[in-house]
Amino acid sequence: MSHGNAIQETGMFGLLAEFSSAQALVDAAEAARKAGYSRMDGYSPFPIPAMDHALGIRNTRLPWLIFAAGVTGCLAGFGMQYFASVIHYPLNVGGRPANSWPMFIPITFEMTILFAAVTAVFGMLIINGFPKHYHPVFNVSSFARATSDGFFLAIESSDPKFHEEETRAFLNSLSPVEVSDIAR
Amino acid sequence: MATHDPNKDERTEAAKAYAPYAPPPVLAPGETLESITHRITSIVLRRDTPNGWILGFLLSAGVMGLMLLSIVWLLYWGVGTWGNNMPVAWAFDIINFVWWIGIGHAGTLISAILLLFRQQWRTSINRFAEAMTLFAVACAGLFPALHTGRPWFDYFLLPYPNTMRLWPNFRSPLDWDVFAVSTYASVSLMFWYIGLIPDLATLRDRVVNPVARRIYAFFALGWRGSARHWHRYEKAYLILAGLSTPLVLSVHTTVSFDFATGQLPGWHATIFPLYFVAGAIFAGFAMVLTIMIPVRAIYGLHALMTERHLQNMAKVMLVSGLVVAYGYFCELFYAWYSASHYEKFMMVNRTLGPYWWSYWALILTNILIPQLLWSKKVRSNVFWLFFVSMSINIGMWLERFVIIVVSLHRDFLPSSWAFYTPTKWDFGLFIGTMGQFMFFTFLFIRMLPMMSIFEIRTLTPEAQVKEHHH
Repeated sequence: MSHGNAIQETGMFGLLAEFSSAQALVDAAEAARKAGYSRMDGYSPFPIPAMDHALGIRNTRLPWLIFAAGVTGCLAGFGMQYFASVIHYPLNVGGRPANSWPMFIPITFEMTILFAAVTAVFGMLIINGFPKHYHPVFNVSSFARATSDGFFLAIESSDPKFHEEETRAFLNSLSPVEVSDIAR
Repeated sequence: MATHDPNKDERTEAAKAYAPYAPPPVLAPGETLESITHRITSIVLRRDTPNGWILGFLLSAGVMGLMLLSIVWLLYWGVGTWGNNMPVAWAFDIINFVWWIGIGHAGTLISAILLLFRQQWRTSINRFAEAMTLFAVACAGLFPALHTGRPWFDYFLLPYPNTMRLWPNFRSPLDWDVFAVSTYASVSLMFWYIGLIPDLATLRDRVVNPVARRIYAFFALGWRGSARHWHRYEKAYLILAGLSTPLVLSVHTTVSFDFATGQLPGWHATIFPLYFVAGAIFAGFAMVLTIMIPVRAIYGLHALMTERHLQNMAKVMLVSGLVVAYGYFCELFYAWYSASHYEKFMMVNRTLGPYWWSYWALILTNILIPQLLWSKKVRSNVFWLFFVSMSINIGMWLERFVIIVVSLHRDFLPSSWAFYTPTKWDFGLFIGTMGQFMFFTFLFIRMLPMMSIFEIRTLTPEAQVKEHHH
């Protein structure tokens, strides 16, 4: 049996290192990635764009999803008006064409925006896995500072390179404020 | 490992030399992550409620009661309780609708357009302005909904499969309005809410009261500030800003189509979309200042909402006000250049007719008084700024009165001319919606962080991170 499985049995989610500044967190994440860790995450009270590179986060596919939703909204908006005015209930008003498309543009536009915006919001929430009111990192009492002035790096026990003592020693070498166990 | 010293002055020599001429900072020097978090959350998390808040809240609840009374009376008797009649079939209801929805536009402008332009000064005012948008749209939507006469049938406005096989008239600007305003309300609400999520998590982690903690935790959705979440969050927020920008411009354009597609002199003008949108920005910034100036003084938020914010808002008002003035000039020009008898008469009637006072009061409050903003002394004096903002609030209401009532009361046929007088229920509903607006504003100030904490954190020197390039 490998050492990794033994840790799984003890029920540990991983190790959490707290850092004193955003710069220290980015530097630590960079070092951890270079040391070969991959299953890890940074936690900070505000977005740090440099973390994307430090953790090796790839660009999200969210923009394509939003684009597709916008195109759908556009077609649905125009299609609804076309269906109503040309197919389902054509109304001859002074000989004007049933498909008076310039008149359909405002609603088509609003529907495009509505579909895209709903997808942007709910797509972001769903891909992020929200709502998720329980997560093991919340078990660390100092983690409450992650939403005010604390900067954290968690290396998870599912990482193939994770070894409780070696990883702890590695995190301690990055001059953290403290390193805590994350109970599952 | 490179350590970062936040106190070290890393500006170039040129930047230091120009420092005395640089604009005031968007964040007072010496603010830290903890001090910002404390400043904003302590307004919400203090255990005692200030007496001034209770007084203001009860007062606005009372005025909101007037709104509810006016609505009940209207539903009981019908639209006849209002002063609307032929030929002035659109009056207070549409004036107030356009006035409120225009006020709402500043919120989206500040949160979306200024974000795209990377204007950092928006961060301390965007949350408040977005909340203002929502409350203003809630007030605005009430008027056309009630004006339909039988509001319990308002769902007829929406396209839904029905046994009557009927559709709304998609060729009508009034139906475009339904789509524009409801999309605007939904997108504004979502934009405001996702902006709040990280701050709700901050409140969740700081609040003592267990019930309040559960409520904040519920709405924070389990936010934990993960770098992967921030990545998608920032992307979604930016795209949402990009979507809101054309949306907000389209909403007041559509509102202006309600008039511009009509053939009535005084409505039928191509300048309408431009000057309605400019007027919305003008009115919205005036309302943001009207509310933020007292709130800033009462809660001592000078460190986060600096003189720079007031100055910049004043400048935006000045510019958008000049576009509005250009719109008024164009109307005069059209009346002359059209060589149309009716257009010319409309302008003579507007300036010298029975409602002459409303036109000249409009010119005074909306064009002449805002010119005070050219002076830096006025822009940096909160009392003068408040005075100018109040003047614009009144002026923008008068503008819609002039466009709607004064154009309608004397149209093509002299036999149908009439005079319009609002009833006490017109005033009751209008003043009542101000109560509703203030009621929600008071609740918002007490229960939610009125400034975006996480965005202000990014303005601190601590947040400046040097990226590794390999």
